[in-house]
Amino acid sequence: MEKEIIIFRGITKRFPPDILANDRVSFAVEKGTIHVVLGENGAGKTTLMNILYGIHQPDEGSILLRGREVRITSPRVAIELGIGMVHQHFRLIPNHRVWENVILGFPRAPRFFPAARAREMVRNLSQEYGLDVDPDAYVWQLSAGEQQRVEILKTLLRKAEILILDEPTSVLTPSDAEKLFSVLQKMKEEGRTCLFITHKFSEVREVGDRITILRKGRVVETVAKGEADFESLATMMVGEKVSLFLEKPLVTPGEPLLQVEDLWVLDDRGFPRVQGVSLTLREGEIVGVAGVVGNGQRELAEALAGLRTPLRGRVFLKGNDLTGSSPRNVREAGLGYVPEDRRMSLIGDLTVEENLILRDYQEPLFRRGTFLDWKRVREYAENVITAYRIVPPLPRLPVRLLSGGNRQRVALAQALVSRPQVLVVANPTVGLDILATGFIHRLLLSLQEEGVGILLISGDLDEILTLSDRILVLYRGTIVGERERPKSGWTEEDRREIGMMMGGVTEEHLVVGK
Amino acid sequence: MREPIVRIARRLEPSPEMVFLVSVGSVIFAFLVSGFLFSFLGIFPTEAYRVFLNGAFGSFYALSETIKRMIPLALIGAGLSVSFQASVWNIGAEGQMLIGAIVGAWVALFSHLPSPLLLPAMFILGFLGGAFWGVFAAWCRNKLAINEIITTLMLNYVAANLVLYLILGPWKGKTVRGFAYTDPFPKEAWLATLGATRIPLATLLLAIIAVFVCYLILTKTTLGFELRVVGRGEKAARLAGINIGRVVSFVMFLSGGLAGIAGVGEVSGIHHMLRHPAHISLGYGFTGVIVAWIARANPLGVLASSFLFGALMSGGDALKVSFGIPFQVIYILNGLVLLFLIASDQLLYYRIIFRHGHQDTREEDYGGVVD
Repeated sequence: MEKEIIIFRGITKRFPPDILANDRVSFAVEKGTIHVVLGENGAGKTTLMNILYGIHQPDEGSILLRGREVRITSPRVAIELGIGMVHQHFRLIPNHRVWENVILGFPRAPRFFPAARAREMVRNLSQEYGLDVDPDAYVWQLSAGEQQRVEILKTLLRKAEILILDEPTSVLTPSDAEKLFSVLQKMKEEGRTCLFITHKFSEVREVGDRITILRKGRVVETVAKGEADFESLATMMVGEKVSLFLEKPLVTPGEPLLQVEDLWVLDDRGFPRVQGVSLTLREGEIVGVAGVVGNGQRELAEALAGLRTPLRGRVFLKGNDLTGSSPRNVREAGLGYVPEDRRMSLIGDLTVEENLILRDYQEPLFRRGTFLDWKRVREYAENVITAYRIVPPLPRLPVRLLSGGNRQRVALAQALVSRPQVLVVANPTVGLDILATGFIHRLLLSLQEEGVGILLISGDLDEILTLSDRILVLYRGTIVGERERPKSGWTEEDRREIGMMMGGVTEEHLVVGK
Repeated sequence: MREPIVRIARRLEPSPEMVFLVSVGSVIFAFLVSGFLFSFLGIFPTEAYRVFLNGAFGSFYALSETIKRMIPLALIGAGLSVSFQASVWNIGAEGQMLIGAIVGAWVALFSHLPSPLLLPAMFILGFLGGAFWGVFAAWCRNKLAINEIITTLMLNYVAANLVLYLILGPWKGKTVRGFAYTDPFPKEAWLATLGATRIPLATLLLAIIAVFVCYLILTKTTLGFELRVVGRGEKAARLAGINIGRVVSFVMFLSGGLAGIAGVGEVSGIHHMLRHPAHISLGYGFTGVIVAWIARANPLGVLASSFLFGALMSGGDALKVSFGIPFQVIYILNGLVLLFLIASDQLLYYRIIFRHGHQDTREEDYGGVVD
């Protein structure tokens, strides 16, 4: 039997006009292993996998599958060759049931009255692999983790020997991720091969027998598990020495700045998505709100920012009641908000300088009477561009032409124009590369040193642990747990417990479980 | 390995020169295509082009006719540019213009104001009339959440029928026998024309002022900044604390008011009476939408695009008179120009890449993400 099941030989893929997504990519994947493809956003990981799955055709190079050169001209061909792919954004039909999704496009599905047979197939496979999911549930009712299981079931039903997972953990709770890893382990023991695409090098220690690092479309190296530590993996990903270490300033929290009491907030559908949240944020303190997306983070943040009127409860900023105030009043009272949805903070068609003054254009600094003082706006923007190292340094460039990291710098700078004492930031580093993430994190820490109180709402547990002095876990609209940062820093035990609470395990159950 | 022969790639930002050249090119293209239309009507295309160009620019008179038509287009186009920058789709300039004409006619015929006040009152009240017609649509949007495209469009018909009612009913002229229009305005309510032309001087100046004021508002003032923010990102505008309803009302007030001025200009500068809506307007309100659109909602660009469409109208008139063809043919020509300009707008953001070599293959597009 062949040891190397897939060999990429000199794969090159260009996207006109000038994107070189893959540049002579060559490496081999061994049968029965979990092979991690590690790289930053834009490194060409997804393109390479789309080529293997027949979505794209390479401009140059070839793929050897089980020792034979193959031309994978479409996903159908890929499936026939035993390749399955779980995309980062799931390809499921929300209004259909699980079993309907699983047999959709499946050639061997029974032609008439397929339900009973399909249910049975789904049930058998779920049991075999511990992929818990109800065949009769509608997909829209499922959590992201469950939807992913449906996607994996689809590939298993089609007898995939090679499974491609594109950023599979980005939507999972830590405990769902654990489950996924054990499923992968089982598949590996059966001799199946997994290609695991990720940009989080911390995941590499969980899975991965071998790791191929991609940077700017090229293979940097392929290493075996244990051959490289975090620092060197990060360095290979980024291309320069990066320090993953952030010095957390020693700040003694001061007076309470933000106090939230029993806050209830409705979502867009009129469902109370935040259900009785109370919290306190002090001067010079970073409080992390951990939780998986969709547990009320957005509604909580928008209620604090004045974009949503709470159903019940009170919000105080330095003792002033801000409940139900307008966004402008909230900002003038000293609360800055950096939403996760950058369309809410930035306007792509407007320039960098226009975006910077988007909220504070009425400040005397930026205007003379009814006229905007563009000269001073320009000066201000140039200072910000220098201070935040925004590239390219052009105040009149439309923001949509900036990279994600630079856009986020503009968004943060915009919220800081009014020098807020409290900053509410939601997922500030989603989609950013390591260097940009480091910059944002350092910026938040330096604000903390200046005494700004920061409420960090994030689905990324690593980010929460790196920055927070105190962590609250938000699950289904309520705070299910709280942890204070120990003097010596967060422990593995803290991480595990917070991860479990993010999945809905309450404090009491954690205690019972011990 | 396998690349199609012709491929289309997206480009980020077309340069201004490119925009200009492509726009001119598409106008020329529209004329070439309309050659078929003229042939079909039994007119030799080059002869039609000659008559058209002569009618639009060929003489002092032709040019003055072009400018005469450009004035209402520029007034309306400037206001609509501001409105479109705020993503408020006012397509009711036609109706707002007619309301301006009605108000102007009322002042001229029935207000009995002393003559020095007559013209200023006609313009101020005409502006307010058109503005009111616009603000009503804004109110419907702000308070009742009714889309302004629908209300402004429908209000056009209300305004047109109001004109018809007045000229057939209460305001029907005593001296005009069977015709459907009002008595002529007193001479004090006539606008002076420029030299020997039929260009009303006052509205020409007002149009130029309107263009520059709209440009200033958009680019230099906090209000203009607010409305550009609202137009490009309502979510961001909300977070910035901008009062969106106020912005919508303002742009409807301004664009409606300028259309109202255009209406006063037509009745007091050209017709000197209130008459059938199709005679007062010649579709200026609708053409104004195109004028603003082609100028990319830049008021300065409106100067050029309103001149172009003024020329299309006066050149079209010459065609109609010379060849006895129906005026509707001119609408087809206008439509072609618009079609090509809109199509070219899309093309600006793409470029065509020809493959070198001869492989005959195709590439299926799954819309994959570059990552």
